[in-house]
Parts: sequence; structure tokens; C-alpha cells
Amino acid sequence: MSPVAEGALLEVEHVKLHFPIKQGILIDRTVGHVHAVDDVTFTLHEGETLGLVGESGCGKTTLSRTVMRLLEPTGGELRFRGTDVSHASRKALMPLRREMQMVFQDPYASLNPRKRIGQIVGMALERHGGKGDDVERRVGRLLERVGLSPEHVNRFPHEFSGGQRQRIGVARALAIEPRLIVLDEPVSALDVSIQAQIINLLEDLQDDLGLTYLFVAHDLSVVRHVSDRIAVMYLGKLMEVSPAEELYTKPIHPYTAALLQAIPIPDPRENRARRRSVVAGEPPNPINPPSGCVFHPRCPHATDVCKLVEPPLTQYANGHVAACHHPLSVSSNELKAATISPASPLSAGKATPEPAAPAAPAAPAGPPAPAEPAAG
Amino acid sequence: MSRPDPILEVRDLAVSFATDEGVVRAVDGVSFDLRAGEILAIVGESGCGKSVTAMTLLGLTRSPNANFDGTATYKDIELLGASDAQLQEIRGEEIAMIFQDPMASLNPVMKIGAQITEQIDAHRDLPKAQARDRAIELLERVGIPRARERVDSYPHEFSGGMRQRVMIALALSCDPSVLIADEPTTALDVTVQAQILQRFRELRDETNAALILVTHDLGVVADIADNVAVMYAGRIVEQGTLDDIFYDPQHPYTWGLMGAITRIDRPRRTRLPTIPGLPPSLANRPQGCHLRPRCPHEFDACTKVPALEVRVQGGVAHADRCHLEPERKRRLREIAPGEIGLDPKAPPVKPSSPKDAAA
Repeated sequence: MSPVAEGALLEVEHVKLHFPIKQGILIDRTVGHVHAVDDVTFTLHEGETLGLVGESGCGKTTLSRTVMRLLEPTGGELRFRGTDVSHASRKALMPLRREMQMVFQDPYASLNPRKRIGQIVGMALERHGGKGDDVERRVGRLLERVGLSPEHVNRFPHEFSGGQRQRIGVARALAIEPRLIVLDEPVSALDVSIQAQIINLLEDLQDDLGLTYLFVAHDLSVVRHVSDRIAVMYLGKLMEVSPAEELYTKPIHPYTAALLQAIPIPDPRENRARRRSVVAGEPPNPINPPSGCVFHPRCPHATDVCKLVEPPLTQYANGHVAACHHPLSVSSNELKAATISPASPLSAGKATPEPAAPAAPAAPAGPPAPAEPAAG
Repeated sequence: MSRPDPILEVRDLAVSFATDEGVVRAVDGVSFDLRAGEILAIVGESGCGKSVTAMTLLGLTRSPNANFDGTATYKDIELLGASDAQLQEIRGEEIAMIFQDPMASLNPVMKIGAQITEQIDAHRDLPKAQARDRAIELLERVGIPRARERVDSYPHEFSGGMRQRVMIALALSCDPSVLIADEPTTALDVTVQAQILQRFRELRDETNAALILVTHDLGVVADIADNVAVMYAGRIVEQGTLDDIFYDPQHPYTWGLMGAITRIDRPRRTRLPTIPGLPPSLANRPQGCHLRPRCPHEFDACTKVPALEVRVQGGVAHADRCHLEPERKRRLREIAPGEIGLDPKAPPVKPSSPKDAAA
């Protein structure tokens, strides 16, 4: 699999996060749950970058916050270097915080506007036992490391542009030398030319410091550039996990294929030549996820089994797994060799996809009638 | 190719704002033509003046500290000098705007049907029931299912993509000849973005309206535009047909933009070529070519502002603002076989300093 798979740094096993929906005037009754993350299993290996992609509302940010233990999972287990931390207390989490840090999406909202840059970056150092001069020196070095000038320690966030602020966010995350950095849409608020600068910076840092990244994004082309492996999420569940390149050359899940087709290619001729079928509708409401496969209402390949049985995550060659009854781009031999992945959700069916009768060609999705908008 | 007369002619448009930090020249000498049925993309990064250009056409940037120069002529009406009453007539009826954030631009306490009929009432003398039917018809046209029921819903009852469809229905309500869409799909997911762009294409074919699309996304541009204007620091630095811009880009800034994007249709690169440094402050722009401090190909002539003119042999409408010889440009922009970008081996920039950025 990943060339750097030495040891598992982080194991996420059947993790669930359901937010209760409360209603009532005097007494709160729980009237339902938002299934934000629904039985997700994956392993992060030391030194690798796992890209996590999906549309808004698919649960990728909730999952990344659960991994950071900013949220407590409602089910499943979260292990960091073999230690179960799923329900660890704040105090017990302190040593863990040294090892994992986060960079947030919005560089405007994630820096305290009333603190100076030196304070923002130095805070974590002090919190973890750094003192006076030493903190100052290290902050200077960190700023330099991320491409800012050390003289800027006394400036305020508003004096910096978006890209520079994101550099400050990265410096803050690096301060206590973590092993794992969770990057939640780190470049999506930035202009393309600045995006490229930050992506290059993140890659340099990974090479120099041997960091492990969980890179959360909605942009499949950015994710491809940075990731070793990519996980595709939809409505709280993993649809597909694949070595980075293979996801683009050989997408197995129809949802992945739909996402790839929806991306406009910045090349007019290729764009015109591409036969695109636009997937209809929008993601359904995670309060009431569809039965069976959660993608079936929008899927051009859906059949009856998709409505009834949740497809198991099936393991194909190369560590490529996908949860679909009608997998794309796999040969019948590959299908025979396929096994159920241990990462498969517990509620899923137990049968691997059958080598279908002469694979029905992808029904060309005609001009889509957009599905029902999720009512509020 | 014989081209019909433009319905919108913008000449030397300049917009500046007096601020505490000095005069911010947001738009400086922008000229373009727009013809019926044409989709013109204005591309650039934040603060390049693309939104100000678009909003100025509808008088939305008018304020006591704003200064305008140049002309913008729509069917013999001078938009810059038009009175508020005249503009009121034009907005929605002739030129309509679609904003980026559909949640912020719809009235949250008004049913969407009422918002559409309000606009129809302002321009047409239609009985209430007919205006309502028109609203339903419009919602159907932009692809909102069960439009007859949804017409009485509030904006919060719709998802982001559906709200953007409502915005488009609203913009279409009086059959405008020009639609201005400011980053219409930026807030949307890719699958929804693809649906909306497809809808734009269909609408153009049905109504022959012209569309000005303001965006930063070259993928969207390649997908939908006929002509492209690339803006940097308030000026158009390159202008041409879609194929001109993508296959024979003349300005180093255009190369930089193309090089910096990650794309799924090319082999993965080890490192992204970036445009070094940051865009200049619009209150304090560099002398001469505005890209000069960031451009690895800078030379003596660059201290003079390059005119926006046709430099390419045989080019008709392909103009750019760069002093380099077109032949030289063809060599310089190839950073790898078949790959366009700003030379990554260009000397590294010094650590960036704050606030000479952010405009």
C-alpha cells in the first residue's frame, strides 16, 4: 500500500457521531439524530497523507474534529499509537494534543484578532511548558520556517493577507512539534496562486519533519496533488478508499465517478470532448438517510438491492476499497478475488458484489431533474 | 466571421475610491464589448477589480467616495451617467445580476414567490395571478421540482444549490438581455456547480441573453465561456477568445494562474509552480506593469505601462499588456513540455511583508 506504512499512528474503528436533535419547551426530548459520521473505519500510517473528500454536509469536518477529539464519538473506537482515546478526559488528552494539531479552514476566523502573532504561535509552546526567551526564539524560527519574517511577531492578524494568515495557522500547529496535523480545508479560502504556495509549504514541511497529514477538502484536484491515499465520504459514510492516483484512473464507486465528472477541466478542448453526465440532485438530509446504499437515490446504476441492503466496503487489489453493489471499472477476476474489508460498517450486508450479468453500460443520465431539496 | 453589434460597450472604465489609506484604484482602463448570446468570463484573484467592474455596470458601486471615468454604453444608454431612476428601469429589466452568496442576497423573511413577483411588478403591468404564474414558470425553468408548492417557501427552506436557482429565476424574471453573475457557483459543491453551469448554457441557447461571468476558477471558464478577460490589479492584462487564452496565453500572469492550478487531467507534478509574492495593494500599485515585482521575466521596458493591444501575429481580438515579443513568450511560458506556467526557477522572493498585500 502506502510506501511509508511503517506503523499505524491513528486507528479509527467504526466511529460514529450522531448529534441529537432536541425539541420541547421545558423538557428537551430527543426527536432524532443527525447521522454526521456513521460507522467509519480507517488507519493513518506514520508519514502518509490521507485525503478526505466529499461534498458539504458529508461529515468530513465532523470526522476530522472527532479524530482531534474536539468531539467525543458516540460509538466506535479511536486509537492513537495503540491507546484508546475515544473517551479520554481533557486532562488525559493533554499529552495527545502535543502529538496532533489542527489547521483550520478560515484564516480570518481562526486567529484571535486581539493577540499578536508571537502570542498566537507561542501560546501552545507555553501551554506545554516552554519558558520566556526559549519561546521567543522558537517562535522566530517557526515564522521563518513558514515563510514569514521573524520581525512580524508583534503584528496583529489583521495586518496580514489571507495566505499569510494561513501560514501563521500552520506555524501555530507546528509549534509543539506534533506528529499528526489535521488540515481542514486549509487552502479553500485562498486564491489559486496563494493556494499553490501553501500546498508547496505543506509538502516541504512534511518532507523535512516527517509529518502525517489528514487533509480534508472538497476539491478533488487539490487532494490528488497532496495525498498518498484518498477517502471519499458521502452522507457520513466512506464510499471508497484508494491509492491516490488510482482513484482518478479507476474510480470504483459511482459517486466518485460522478464527482470526477463534475469537475470542469481547465482545458476547453478536453472539456468539450469529455462526455459528461451530470449527476442529478443534491445530498439528502442526514437526519433521515436513505435505506440501503445512501447514494442510491442519485445513482444512475442503482437497482433494487441498493435500496434494501447497505453495500459492504469491499476490498479489491492495491488496498482499494469501495462500498457499492455495482462497482465500476473492476474486471470479473478482480471481483472474484474481492473480499469484505474489515473496515466495512457493521450494519452493511455480508456479500461481495456479484459479477454482474454483462455489465449494463452506464445509463446516460439525461438532463437531470434535480431531486428534492432537503427541507429545513 | 461577421459579428453583430455589441449590446454593451465598456470603454476605459476606471473606478477609484477615496479611503483613509489613499486613493484605491480598483478598476483602471477596462474596455470590453459584449454581444447577444455571448458568455464573457472575467477572471482574476481577489482584489483584482473584477467584481467592482461588474457591479459598476449596474451603478452598485456608487457612493460619495467613489470616482468614475470612462463609458459603459448599453443600447445607447450611458450607464455611468444614468440617473437613479433610469438605472432602476434597467436593473432587472435589461441587465440583471446574480450574486455569489444566495443566502445573503435573498430576503430571508419573504417567500421566494413574493420576491420574484415584486420584481415583475416593478417592471411590468401584470395582474397578480399572472405574475405568480410567471414566478412558478421561472422556478420550473431553472429546475426547481414541484415549483407550484415551493413558490410559497422561504429561502431557508432551500439548500444552497436550490437557492442559487431561485436567484437565477429572480434574475430572469423580466427577460434581461444581459446577465451578470458574480462567482455564481463558488459557494456550491461540484456536482451542483455542474448542474448550474449546464442551466446557464441552456438559458443562453433559449433566450440569447449575454452573460458576464465573474470568477476565479479557470475550470469553470473553460467549461462555459466564449471570451475571456484576465484582470490583475485593476487592469485587464489579457483578453481574447477562450482558445486564445488557454492555448496561446500572452501575459505572464495568465501563465502563472494556469501553472498554479491543480488539475485532474494531467500527471501529478511534484511541485506546483507558483506566482511568487503577493498581489499589490490597489492604493499603492507598482509603477509601470503591475506584475513587475512578481514577474521573473521583467526587463527595462516594464517600467512603462504596456498598452492593451494586439501583439500576436494574425490575432484579431487577442490583446495583452506585456512588452515581451510574442515569440519569446512562447519559449518562456513552457516550463515543461506542453505545460504552461511561470518559471519555477525564477529567483526566490524575499519573505513577504504584511500589508503590502491585502487590498
